[in-house]
Amino acid sequence: MYKVLETKQLCDKIYLMVIEAPRVAAQCQPGQFVIICVDEQGERVPLTICDFNREKGTVTIVFQVIGVSTEKLALYKAGDSINDFTGPLGNPSELINEDIVELKGKRILFVAGGVGTAPVYPQVKWLKEQGVLVDVIVGAKTKDLVILEDEMGVVAGNLYITTDDGSYGKKGMVTEAIRSLVENGHQYDLCVAIGPLIMMKFVCLVTKELNIPTIVSMNPIMVDGTGMCGACRLEVGSDTKFACVDGPEFDGHKIDFDAIMKRQGMYKNLEAKAVEHYHHHHNDTNHVCTRSGGCICGGEK
Amino acid sequence: MDILKKVPVRDQNPKVRATNFDEVCLGYNMDEAVEEAQRCMECKNPQCVKGCPVAVDIPNFIGALKKSNIAEAYNVITQSSALPAVCGRVCPQESQCEGKCIRGIKGEPVSIGKLERFVADYALENDFKPKKPNEKIDKKVAVIGSGPAGLTCAGDLARLGYDVTVFEALHKYGGVLVYGIPEFRLPKEKVVQKEIEKVAEMGVKFEKNVIVGKSVTIQQLMDNEKFVAIFIGSGAGLPKFMNIPGENANGVFSANEYLTRNNLMKAFDENYDTPIIIGKNVVVVGGGNVAMDAARTALRLGSNVNIVYRRGEKELPARVEEVHHAKEEGVQFDLLRNPKRIITNENGDVCGIEVIKMDLGEPDESGRRSPIEVIGSEYEIKADVVIMALGTSPNPLISSTTEGLDLDRRKCIVTTDEFGQTTKVGVFAGGDAVTGAATVILAMGAGKAAAEGIHKFLSE
Ligand SMILES: Cc1cc2nc3c(=O)[nH]c(=O)nc-3n(C[C@H](O)[C@H](O)[C@H](O)COP(=O)(O)OP(=O)(O)OC[C@H]3O[C@@H](n4cnc5c(N)ncnc54)[C@H](O)[C@@H]3O)c2cc1C
Ligand SMILES: Cc1cc2nc3c(=O)[nH]c(=O)nc-3n(C[C@H](O)[C@H](O)[C@H](O)COP(=O)(O)OP(=O)(O)OC[C@H]3O[C@@H](n4cnc5c(N)ncnc54)[C@H](O)[C@@H]3O)c2cc1C
Ligand code: SF4
Ligand code: SF4
Ligand code: FES
Repeated sequence: MYKVLETKQLCDKIYLMVIEAPRVAAQCQPGQFVIICVDEQGERVPLTICDFNREKGTVTIVFQVIGVSTEKLALYKAGDSINDFTGPLGNPSELINEDIVELKGKRILFVAGGVGTAPVYPQVKWLKEQGVLVDVIVGAKTKDLVILEDEMGVVAGNLYITTDDGSYGKKGMVTEAIRSLVENGHQYDLCVAIGPLIMMKFVCLVTKELNIPTIVSMNPIMVDGTGMCGACRLEVGSDTKFACVDGPEFDGHKIDFDAIMKRQGMYKNLEAKAVEHYHHHHNDTNHVCTRSGGCICGGEK
Repeated sequence: MDILKKVPVRDQNPKVRATNFDEVCLGYNMDEAVEEAQRCMECKNPQCVKGCPVAVDIPNFIGALKKSNIAEAYNVITQSSALPAVCGRVCPQESQCEGKCIRGIKGEPVSIGKLERFVADYALENDFKPKKPNEKIDKKVAVIGSGPAGLTCAGDLARLGYDVTVFEALHKYGGVLVYGIPEFRLPKEKVVQKEIEKVAEMGVKFEKNVIVGKSVTIQQLMDNEKFVAIFIGSGAGLPKFMNIPGENANGVFSANEYLTRNNLMKAFDENYDTPIIIGKNVVVVGGGNVAMDAARTALRLGSNVNIVYRRGEKELPARVEEVHHAKEEGVQFDLLRNPKRIITNENGDVCGIEVIKMDLGEPDESGRRSPIEVIGSEYEIKADVVIMALGTSPNPLISSTTEGLDLDRRKCIVTTDEFGQTTKVGVFAGGDAVTGAATVILAMGAGKAAAEGIHKFLSE
């Protein structure tokens, strides 16, 4: 069991959680992720490591509630324990292995979308610790969904916020922000974009046009996270890669986002049913169980 | 009683069991077991023992069984096999112990596997205790992986008195026994869990969610956590794909993924959160135990299932009993067929698979006749789920993070003697990680040998 030490609701559907996991905390690097199982019946859910403290043996995750597992997780409070927490998985960000002197000479732009701000944060923080200041664009749908603004402000060189509806920061998409930075004379040698697939897709289209090499962090559906199942496979250029062991970061200009978006939707219907089923069992009285063949689990929990 | 024939074993009715995940074979009861035991001639020079990779003293355990002395029978078996309830169920007996039995020359061999299973189940039900270690040895040994190789090695070392910790990457112990082999062939709570508890009772410590190579390296285990010897039993978990067009479409799974979702994460049980796609028409590619397990799992979830295999019936590598059971349950076999491409619709979902007919040509270096395509014989099979069961290879997570650990061409860990010594001092290995995908009993044999090797190494 892994103890939850602290929880914080960052906005409507996004939560931060600090968890005691000494082995993960001792080894992890920016860019890596963990897999958690909330309880005995839980799915294995991959989540990026947002921050860590090696002395205290803690790891911070930030997650958005979208389905059963994340909904369950959001109910956990400080003092509770979750069943499984394993990692660190995947490869650290490539920047970690680069020569610091060379890194210092590089002009890097990070683009974060929504909950993608969480995985961007540890990379920007690590770079700042090495004395490398980078520009960061954080995009969100609306003001309330901007997360980790203060934390990011401390570690970023320049921080630009955009909202789709203009309720905060600059109005518009992150892609427009990239264009306007470049038009205003900023030059970048590298872009790192992490966020929803659709955002990464459009960022890559823009950066390709602007000739900025771009790294994206892919989050396909995963099961084990160790290369055992192949659920996370995706085509990078003409090769098939397993995102959990070969990634999660890849050259964004080699990714076929449309194909991946189709794959991401594979369990949509089933998951919608799982959510209904879950609510049904938590005495949501307005809810009628619609599982095919009716509900077989023998009464309310 | 016909002395030439095995006492028949009771199975669940094929029509009924095709709709549930309960165990197919119900096993012998005491009377049936004792009756079957009478068929053994307790040979002086028992051929059956030569067929068993861990040389279970078969005539002796069956002799005890004849006298209904189950405790003694259990004692004899456990001197050679740490997981008899498992082996009795999943060993390919027809090519091992039973394949060599003298009785088999004229009639049917003695049902050694089913007898072993009976004894082991009886011991589990009546909670026979394994022998406790004599005295503690103050030396820490790490065992990586909780499959049959790791469990056996850990159990044997604990019996010798060592301070043993098993590290497992997944959130449950048992390796392929829990995530691969389905419930209807190997019950998890009743058998696997119990066998693991027996190992724990011996004093072995278990730590799950530790991915060696990621959460901690072999070198760190030795330097920081003071393990003086290590056994790697990490299996061969990396699935192979065919690299044909359409293979990344929605609805194409590796058998590992399909079986893991269902076994380890119990997708078939509505109380678990794991989703699984239940196809109308499922095509399973491959002919081994893994393919049979995937096919029979899909069948139980309610799908029509076809197995596509590129050789003929005789060449199917699966256990005979599994092929027989699969047919009884209604799995269709498309033999001498090979997939060419997977056909998808505009949403990227699988809607069919194009296969080509095959002929068998000259024997290849494996001695099996190699399949050749029949030109122009392609046709399409309707499918909305395709499961690839093409074999697996060892995972590089450990080897790529351990200096001095040599691999062979097939990415298997190189061992330098019969005790599983690797090219790194103090590090031993065995099971599928060394041989590539093989069998439970071979993995156990390797775990056993390595325990002996480690004991020698630490006694020097
Ligand atoms: C390497 C990696 C890192 C990730 N990091 C984070 C993170 O830091 N914070 C965060 O909020 N989320 C992260 N995710 C996504 C997160 O894993 C999913 O949101 C989570 O699995 C959803 O589980 P659920 O049961 O709540 O929803 P479900 O009901 O299982 O799924 C709802 C919908 O979410 C999508 N989905 C399901 N599983 C995944 C998945 N593994 N990855 C992406 N989308 C999925 C599907 O479109 C699905 O239809 C990451 C995913 C990966 C692979
Ligand atoms: C579906 C299926 C059906 C089969 N049917 C039969 C059958 O009927 N009869 C038969 O004899 N054989 C059968 N086999 C083969 C048999 O199961 C294997 O040969 C046997 O399990 C190998 O044992 P092992 O201990 O070497 O490895 P495994 O059982 O694979 O166990 C390895 C363990 O190590 C863990 N691990 C891996 N890497 C790490 C790491 N880096 N750190 C920590 N832990 C790690 C894994 O999670 C796993 O738990 C079948 C296999 C499959 C997949
Ligand atoms: S361990 Fe396997 S091969 Fe050996 S006697 Fe038992 S069933 Fe036969
Ligand atoms: S060969 Fe057959 S008959 Fe002889 S001891 Fe072995 S099981 Fe008994
Ligand atoms: S998640 Fe299973 S192989 Fe990547």
